[in-house]
Amino acid sequence: MLVLLALAPGAMADVFTPESGGSPNADDIDSLYKIVLYVSIPIFLVVEGALIWALVKFRQRRGGPEPEQIRGNQPLELGWTAGATVILVVLAVITFLYLGPIKNPPASDADGLAAGVQVASVDQPAPPGGAKAPLTIQVNGQQYLWRFQYPGGRDAYSYYRMIVPTNTTVVLKITSSDVAHSWWIPKLGGKADALPGHTNQTWFKIAKEGTYKGQCAELCGDGHADMRSVVKAVSPQRYQAFVARRRREITDSQKALAQQRREREGASKSGQGEDN
Amino acid sequence: MAMSEYAARPQIASLVRPEVVEHAVREEPGGWLNWLTTTDHKKIGIMYFFVTFIFFIIGGVEALIMRLQLAQPNGTVVDPDTYNGLVTMHGTTMVFLFIVPVMAGFGNYMLPLMIGARDMAFPRLNALSLWLLVFGGMAFYGSVFFEPPQGGWTMYAPLSDDAYMPSGGVDAWIFLIHLTGISSLVGAINFVATIHNMRAPGMGWGRMPLFVWSLLVYSYLLIAALPTIAAAATMLLTDRHFGTDFFDPTGGGDPMLWQHLFWFFGHPEVYIMILPGFGIISEVLPVFSRKPIFGYKAIAASTVSIGFLSLLVWAHHMFTTPTPTVVLVFFMLSSFLIAVPTGIKIFNWVATLWKGSILMKTPLLFAVGFISTFVIGGITGVMLAVFPVDWQLQDSYFVVAHIHYVLFGGSVFTIFAGIYYWFPKMSGRMLGEGLGKVSFWMMLVGFNLTFLIQHSAGLSGMPRRVYDYPADAGWTGFNLISTIGSFLLGIGVMVTVVNVLISMKKGQKAGNDPWKGNTLEWFTQSPPPENNFDVIPRVRSVEPMKDIRSEVQQASMPAGTVAQPVASGT
Repeated sequence: MLVLLALAPGAMADVFTPESGGSPNADDIDSLYKIVLYVSIPIFLVVEGALIWALVKFRQRRGGPEPEQIRGNQPLELGWTAGATVILVVLAVITFLYLGPIKNPPASDADGLAAGVQVASVDQPAPPGGAKAPLTIQVNGQQYLWRFQYPGGRDAYSYYRMIVPTNTTVVLKITSSDVAHSWWIPKLGGKADALPGHTNQTWFKIAKEGTYKGQCAELCGDGHADMRSVVKAVSPQRYQAFVARRRREITDSQKALAQQRREREGASKSGQGEDN
Repeated sequence: MAMSEYAARPQIASLVRPEVVEHAVREEPGGWLNWLTTTDHKKIGIMYFFVTFIFFIIGGVEALIMRLQLAQPNGTVVDPDTYNGLVTMHGTTMVFLFIVPVMAGFGNYMLPLMIGARDMAFPRLNALSLWLLVFGGMAFYGSVFFEPPQGGWTMYAPLSDDAYMPSGGVDAWIFLIHLTGISSLVGAINFVATIHNMRAPGMGWGRMPLFVWSLLVYSYLLIAALPTIAAAATMLLTDRHFGTDFFDPTGGGDPMLWQHLFWFFGHPEVYIMILPGFGIISEVLPVFSRKPIFGYKAIAASTVSIGFLSLLVWAHHMFTTPTPTVVLVFFMLSSFLIAVPTGIKIFNWVATLWKGSILMKTPLLFAVGFISTFVIGGITGVMLAVFPVDWQLQDSYFVVAHIHYVLFGGSVFTIFAGIYYWFPKMSGRMLGEGLGKVSFWMMLVGFNLTFLIQHSAGLSGMPRRVYDYPADAGWTGFNLISTIGSFLLGIGVMVTVVNVLISMKKGQKAGNDPWKGNTLEWFTQSPPPENNFDVIPRVRSVEPMKDIRSEVQQASMPAGTVAQPVASGT
């Protein structure tokens, strides 16, 4: 079995903990998970240990003593009830401490994208205190693709591959145009369900350039397993160039398409005449 | 049983007043017609076992096909829509056609015997619940002849709406929900009426067997939860066929509504599937450690509080939906809270074994195997309740591992403990110990091999319900181990099936009380006669059978004469 595990070297790092290393919220979830795991391990060992010990020690033996007819022990029972409660209260407090950093998007770094300057969008007011506003990308799930709408014009969108600037907080506004999907790039934090009629939110902030893979996490039909996505982090300059290029290409191709359509319609009108 | 025999016994005369109810004794039909028309709770119980185990095996085969498909990346065993069909059939079968009704099977057979009753309160209603279950399963499996449903056992809207799943498979699923729902509802009302009204004299609430306590809470939970899923399924039906838009946002509906309704039923359902199992464990452990249950009141109280709390935790299945944080916090805390009574039970069970004189028979092995695996399921349950952590784990293989630790390592192991424990009572013959132990070890090893590694697959980013995964994802090793384990597990289950088939005819004769049990079912013959008891003993403690045995010993009479006032037919 160990041999088989060794055959999967890519997975070895995260056999026991969630994926992390892409974004601070994923790292915080990883830390929180580890705390819960470390609290659980002694409980697991005590219960399993006591169980195995009891089975070995108190096994019925010929001529052994009659078992003591114990019906309970109130202090002991109150003790473990209180003990379990205390552990859970501690876990709840630790969760609250981690919740803020996991849930709330921070400000972008100084060398991140100056989103407020680049984007003339109403849903991004000027950030207080001069901190850089996050970049907001609209994510839409549809069978079986992810569509990304970048700020800066209707034509600035892409499918499957999301390009984002490094050191910039990216807030995702997630929805769906058909069935329920779930956005998940494991190294960039937790899931956010994409539900039609709702807008969900998550965020990430990537420090180093690279590609992060993920896929849809909510059963959405036959192609669910193939509904993959990639987030590619590049420098803010390259990001801006990408969005500009994307917008230009899409605008151009749409103009070309409109031109084609006009020509075809003109041709069909003159050719078929009264048939229409 | 003729009334004159009762009248001849003065001690019974005060309990049963003879009256004329029939002027002629109807002759019982013989053969298979007898099984079709019976209202005897024991025969109905046996049919429950038969039917649910057929579904268990079908559901298991579906699981093995899925494991074969996932053994290697780019598997070609089934195509995507067949795979989604298998996911749906497997989950639905195991929940609605195996675990919930097999618990009803145990309840049907054992409940009247354990409380010293001669049948259930409503015998004909009892037959109705069985047959509705059978028809529900048939309606559902009828869909394999056109197109099975593919929305998962959770059947999330709008995927399950007619726009995305026009085939009748989803309608077959709705049929199943309604038919098995009515079946369970009717059965639950029957259990409640029986437990409240038909306990043996002297059996107050504090002397009721813990399995009966768990059945009582199981029944109340079914009554509380089933109407919600029935309503939701009906809304889905009208959405699909009559133009309503309950779950369709384009018409003003909301897909979140389905999730809330489904899980408001679905989470109590999880406890519906495990509580009777807890009850079986609470019966088996004291008998095989020759010691009373540790903390009877705590276990009964924790059963009731789990039942209540299970109605308040449903949205922990929805932590990744767009829901305000304060709601998530509430459901995290309520899920933490339910871990406390569950933990209490585990500690009490270990304490029951402690300082006992433990008899290593197969029922005990399964009971202990259950505790050891259920601890893992409980711990991962608390991890999942921490909602920021759940954002990573939700809908991944970690969750698949968790549900199987609580439902297979949990419920199924308790079911096997119950089968090995009560088979001698039901058939009059012991199950083979050798095959039983082989089956147990194969199931324990196979189970952990299959599902422990799935935690890692989930932590590495593998989502659930995928028919395929890329070779470079790093999940190949996990999946191969899991597939190997699943086949070991499957063979382990079949060993028990073979054991049952052999022992029915050739098993060692069991006698009335082979385990030296604590509860009243061991007071009567194995298998019990149609009226269960000729004499219903007065109950003076939580272990009435122990009292009877010690009375017999004190009277220094040969065992078998006084303890068995039933006609000596064995």
